[in-house]
Amino acid sequence: MSIPEIPTPDDRTPENPGSKPPARETGAWAAADPSAALSIRGLTKWYGDKVAVDAIDLDVPTGSFYGLVGPNGAGKTTTLSMSTGLLRPNAGQVLIHGIDLWRNLTEAKRQIGVLADGVKLFDRLTGEQLVTYSGLLSGMDRQTAGERVADLLQLLDLEEAAGTLVVDYSAGMTKKVAIACALVHAPRLLVLDEPFESVDPVSAANIRHLLEGYVASGGTVIVSSHSMDLVQRMCDHVAIINAGRVVAAGTTDDVRAGSTLEDRFVELVGGRTHGEGPAWLRIS
Amino acid sequence: MVAHLVRLRLLLLVNSWRRSPWQLVAVVLGAAYGLGMLGLITVGMVALGGTDTLFIRTVLVLAGSALVIGWMVGPLITVGIDQTLDPARLAPFPLTKSQVLAGITVGGVLGIPGILTLLATGAIMVAWWQHPAAAVAALVCAVVGTLSCVIGARTVAAMTTGLVSGRRFREISGVLLFIPLVLLGPIIIVLGTGVRGAVDALPQVAAGLGWTPLGAVWSVPAQIALGNHPVAALQFAIALAWPVLLVLVWRRSLDHALSSPTHGASRRVARGALGFFRLLPDTATGAVAARSLTYWVRDPRYGKQLILVPIIPVLLYFYASTADSPGLVNAAGPVIAFLLSLSIFTDVSYDGTAFALHLSTGIRGRADRSGRILAVALFAVPIVIAVTVGSAWLSNSWLHLPGLLGLTLGILLTGFGVASITSARIVFPVPAAGDSPFKSPPGAGLISSLTTFATWGILLVLIVPEMVLAIIGFTLQSQTFGWITLAVGVVLGGGVLLAGIRIGGALLERRGPELLQQLARQG
Repeated sequence: MSIPEIPTPDDRTPENPGSKPPARETGAWAAADPSAALSIRGLTKWYGDKVAVDAIDLDVPTGSFYGLVGPNGAGKTTTLSMSTGLLRPNAGQVLIHGIDLWRNLTEAKRQIGVLADGVKLFDRLTGEQLVTYSGLLSGMDRQTAGERVADLLQLLDLEEAAGTLVVDYSAGMTKKVAIACALVHAPRLLVLDEPFESVDPVSAANIRHLLEGYVASGGTVIVSSHSMDLVQRMCDHVAIINAGRVVAAGTTDDVRAGSTLEDRFVELVGGRTHGEGPAWLRIS
Repeated sequence: MVAHLVRLRLLLLVNSWRRSPWQLVAVVLGAAYGLGMLGLITVGMVALGGTDTLFIRTVLVLAGSALVIGWMVGPLITVGIDQTLDPARLAPFPLTKSQVLAGITVGGVLGIPGILTLLATGAIMVAWWQHPAAAVAALVCAVVGTLSCVIGARTVAAMTTGLVSGRRFREISGVLLFIPLVLLGPIIIVLGTGVRGAVDALPQVAAGLGWTPLGAVWSVPAQIALGNHPVAALQFAIALAWPVLLVLVWRRSLDHALSSPTHGASRRVARGALGFFRLLPDTATGAVAARSLTYWVRDPRYGKQLILVPIIPVLLYFYASTADSPGLVNAAGPVIAFLLSLSIFTDVSYDGTAFALHLSTGIRGRADRSGRILAVALFAVPIVIAVTVGSAWLSNSWLHLPGLLGLTLGILLTGFGVASITSARIVFPVPAAGDSPFKSPPGAGLISSLTTFATWGILLVLIVPEMVLAIIGFTLQSQTFGWITLAVGVVLGGGVLLAGIRIGGALLERRGPELLQQLARQG
């Protein structure tokens, strides 16, 4: 199997042998922003005939708390996977603090902490072992890793479960230990796909507090979420993705334009149905 | 409702082909092979039909009993059990247990092994072309026999996966069950040495088996042909009672499995107990090795690969003493080196999507490769050296020790190198973490076997120099050649190992995202 070449603005041609041209031809992109924590240009991914992410442009300013919202199947996870080196895009460019991700994978990945959605963990390790493993893989020594793991386990209220195998964790605890893995190497950019899913309210508040402190100290956070309330309260920037495109992006106040984020979201994305549902579902 | 379940099973089968054309190729090849065998069986049956009735009975009862045992034991040893219709997944639906069991049974018969068994046992009627009544009975018995086979396989599956609750115990029990099954060989040899040369005993064995659930169903037509109608009726009753009994056992184990969810008491260690992570160096390579070693200890899918290690020397010792050629024991070292070195070529497949952690931390491919090898090498090198020295001691062939060691280490190092490349490139269909290590995804058997054989072939080609040198040394009784073999084995094997780490590491870095996608599709 040949390795798909990532076209850049200079060498991107419509006739790319061996692969299908993108559904929408946009020509050369505007230059990506090297000062942003994450700058995406023309990012595209298709599976067969289905375009999952359609030439997305997105800038995540350094030091922002960025929310990514969109209906199921909008392309959030695909976009985040391509922005963290887990999924190779068909076209487009990703800059992480000015480093071209897909040209300098190793260097760029050092800047990022990732909570990927829908991937398993090495769950035959204990929580403590797993976070330590993540730290050691990122290249820190055992002592540093040990100190950070202790801090993280305490912050995320996982101290009790430190010696339990991750396979025996509840869904919420698993999510928390995965967040600890993303944080342990103190990345400049945190990319969290659905970090609050199945996490209890107290832990969610703790995680939020942790992330807010991290942003205040100069870090950048991107979260995807289905909870509009949470995003509106927590994030200073937000992008709404629908059908593989960005339909709105900017500061949270600009995007919601005076109404609530949820109303604005439904207005932009559409698809809200009214009525009582089918007759057979009306019990009694 | 049963029809729905059967349709679901066929739909899942067809969809799995649609998802991966290679599985379809595997299924077609398997079916072609099966049909070829079927043709041969039918021809054989015609020929068999020309012989006398007692001989026909002996052949059919022995072969049929082997078939029944094969259905029950085979899946455990080789490809695993196709759990397309997993009772646990059907649990939320308002189905009665009988509907579930009937659906799974019919679905099992309609799988490719089931259809082939039905056709092959149906072909038995051809053998009775001289006795029309027996031929009709054979047809009925083929259906009963096939049902017994399918239900037997399911019962064993339910018993191994659901007998006990508690994750750890359940996982280990599956592995432990395997050992006596593999040792059946030497046990039979020991018992059989008395019978050896006494082929005359086989008709008696067949007659005896005719009264057991294994052979009764195959013996009925013969009894009819012989005119022993009361015996035929009795044996047919046994043949019918067997699947009924199996269903009862199956039902009970299912009840147990479904009513007591699989997570029992969870294991805990004290905080700060980092295990291998404290013992190995705190580099990326060391961390990967520590993680792998932890899995070798905790994950039965890894442990399963070690079962053969103690068994092989025992087997070889048995064969060596029965065949009166003590030199055979010396094969233990090279064979174990072969198995252990290739045990890591499904390593990344076993990770599943957890491999994303390696990808997102940006660990160097070489560190990933060498860490995984280090983990196995830490126990594999002492084991193969100990086994080789031990076998030289047993067979009193100290002269050949250097050559043997050279061959063994050459195989081990070369195998590590080959496996490092294979596991970075190819994702195998493997049971997911926590599943029974003997479970197999549909269509897995043939693809895995083909790739496995290809890897074996490559390894065999790469160790030709060591093999030639060692054989020269053994035939010339030359210790000098032995020492040369040792030097070549270590140097050449080391070279292949380094090349494997380099190439595999580069492959991993270049194709990491594609590999993760393949793994995700697998899960």
